[in-house]
Amino acid sequence: MQEFWSQLGRKLAALWRTFSHNRMGMFGALLVTTAVLVAVGAPYLSPYAPSEVIRDANGRGMTFASPSVHPPLGTDDAGRDVFTQLVHGARISLMVGFLAGSIAMFIGSLLGILAGYFGGAVDTLLMRITDILLVIPDLPLMIILVATLRNLELHISPLVVLVLVIGLLYWTSTARLIRSQVLTIKERQFVARARAIGAGHAHIIRKHILPQIMPLIVANTVLILSTAILVESGLAFLGLGDPTKPSWGTMLNFAFSRNAITNGAWWFYMPPGLAIVWVSLGCVLVGNVLEETLNPGLAIHHLEDESRMVARRPEAAPP
Amino acid sequence: MTEAPLLSVRHLSVDFIMQDGQMGHALEDVSFDVFHGQTLGLVGESGCGKTTTLMAIMRLLPANARITTGQVLYNGQDLLSLSERQMRDFRWKEMSIVFQGAMNALNPVMRIDEQIGEAILLHHLMTRSQAARRVGELMEMVGIPRERAGQYPHEYSGGMRQRAMIALALACAPSLLFADEPTTALDVMIQAQVLELLKQIQEKLGLAIVLVTHDLGVVAEVCDSVAVMYGGKVVESGSADSIYNAPQHPYTERLLQSFPDLNRPAGSLVSIPGTPPRVTELPPGCRFEPRCNKRIEICATTAPVMLETSSGHRAACHLCQGPAARF
Repeated sequence: MQEFWSQLGRKLAALWRTFSHNRMGMFGALLVTTAVLVAVGAPYLSPYAPSEVIRDANGRGMTFASPSVHPPLGTDDAGRDVFTQLVHGARISLMVGFLAGSIAMFIGSLLGILAGYFGGAVDTLLMRITDILLVIPDLPLMIILVATLRNLELHISPLVVLVLVIGLLYWTSTARLIRSQVLTIKERQFVARARAIGAGHAHIIRKHILPQIMPLIVANTVLILSTAILVESGLAFLGLGDPTKPSWGTMLNFAFSRNAITNGAWWFYMPPGLAIVWVSLGCVLVGNVLEETLNPGLAIHHLEDESRMVARRPEAAPP
Repeated sequence: MTEAPLLSVRHLSVDFIMQDGQMGHALEDVSFDVFHGQTLGLVGESGCGKTTTLMAIMRLLPANARITTGQVLYNGQDLLSLSERQMRDFRWKEMSIVFQGAMNALNPVMRIDEQIGEAILLHHLMTRSQAARRVGELMEMVGIPRERAGQYPHEYSGGMRQRAMIALALACAPSLLFADEPTTALDVMIQAQVLELLKQIQEKLGLAIVLVTHDLGVVAEVCDSVAVMYGGKVVESGSADSIYNAPQHPYTERLLQSFPDLNRPAGSLVSIPGTPPRVTELPPGCRFEPRCNKRIEICATTAPVMLETSSGHRAACHLCQGPAARF
């Protein structure tokens, strides 16, 4: 296990050296990092609690106050500070996205490795399950699942329900990706050699397959994260979030249901919308650049692009 | 020979189920013996079943292959009757493989010392620090400086990789070493060095070696006995001397002629026309019949059996089986 981590460490260090030279990737990393910092430091960034009503000098609640020095992003229909809700919403959105993404990643990697490595009946069974999940439209399925789980009165937090539903449905693309990669690795001769030295399946997967696909898993996790955050926002917007712990999606739901748009209170719906774009754009940029650096096959070959050719085509010969 | 063989392969047959459902007979009735401290050369064209034979002995055949008949006796114990668990313990501890193409057989993202140590630790032969010392000793035995053990395969030259592969094969001190074309893709100088190394190690450790190759020059240099394979069958076997000086099977004869020899006049190099049969379309009689320049009527219909032609020398050809065997 120690070797596994040191190997992973070396790989990540090498990855960072390439990654840090990519401007798009670094921009994405900046977006994600700021969002995470805001989420972590939310209580310190705003003097109010998310549900606290801001009152003016006369003690009246300020409803739909437009942005000014104070409050910086205005207030909502109940007089609560939008900025405070935004930074606290970052915690919920990122937390749900991260947990759901991790679950999806774990299931996807596990099933992908099992299907790819063992092949045969295991592969057929796991991939048919994947196919079935892939062809069912996600959104209606999730709405039904979340609603059903809530009606069961299981006394679990609505956020946990969201995490589970997203996590248990969004592993399909990962499973296929990992499976295809494992299929190519397991045919390499060093895997046959590992079998010949007397290694069992668990050993081969752990020491020869996993280190090779780990970078792919890392890159895919970041992409799945963005999907999970987007899906969470979508479900929360449809009213399936936790109203007592508002995420960005819940804020949009409030803004929509309380006529922020007809009231012209753009400061109520623009910030959470932009925040969602901010984070998912960041994740997609980081994920794509990671994928590109880790899978050189995706890069443009220098022979396909004339400007990158070392030896240029000779100029037309002078007459 | 009165001594019991270390490894005795008896009537080994392997079938492949092809993608289109056809059956391919990759090996049929393969038999040979390997004795303690000796080298057997397994010779034949590409695709004649040499590597399949090794993989069948180690029980590492792909999922679509079946061992249909035969025995693989190692010190008298039939390996084909062992459980997968027992077989896993057995591999590398008793017999190991020097793979062809060391670059592919080494994990590109693991250091060489990790890969050699992996084999030792898998079999719980010693502690981590003992294993590290053993890796150093092995590296020196194959002529690689200890301090380069911590490098990756791509930092090695082709010859060094093959040496590292040999060190890896010796990690658990096996009694039998399979060398699967260990000198392919190496230049002639390095080939000679690697063969010399194998010979040295054999003398030092008393290993038995099965050398798989299509290079008869290599066989002449290092082998005590030879088994010639064609189309999944052993067609001739005997001591290296008798095979070289008095080949009985026309295939062996022509194989020898197709290698350059300084003592023969120039222009005597001949090739064997045609290609080896496909495992799904084997000729009904002798498998070499369609390409044989000495074929007679019976060859097309009846497969010849292995018969002793002189002491210790056996061949499967109708021509060398005397008039009684012919009709």
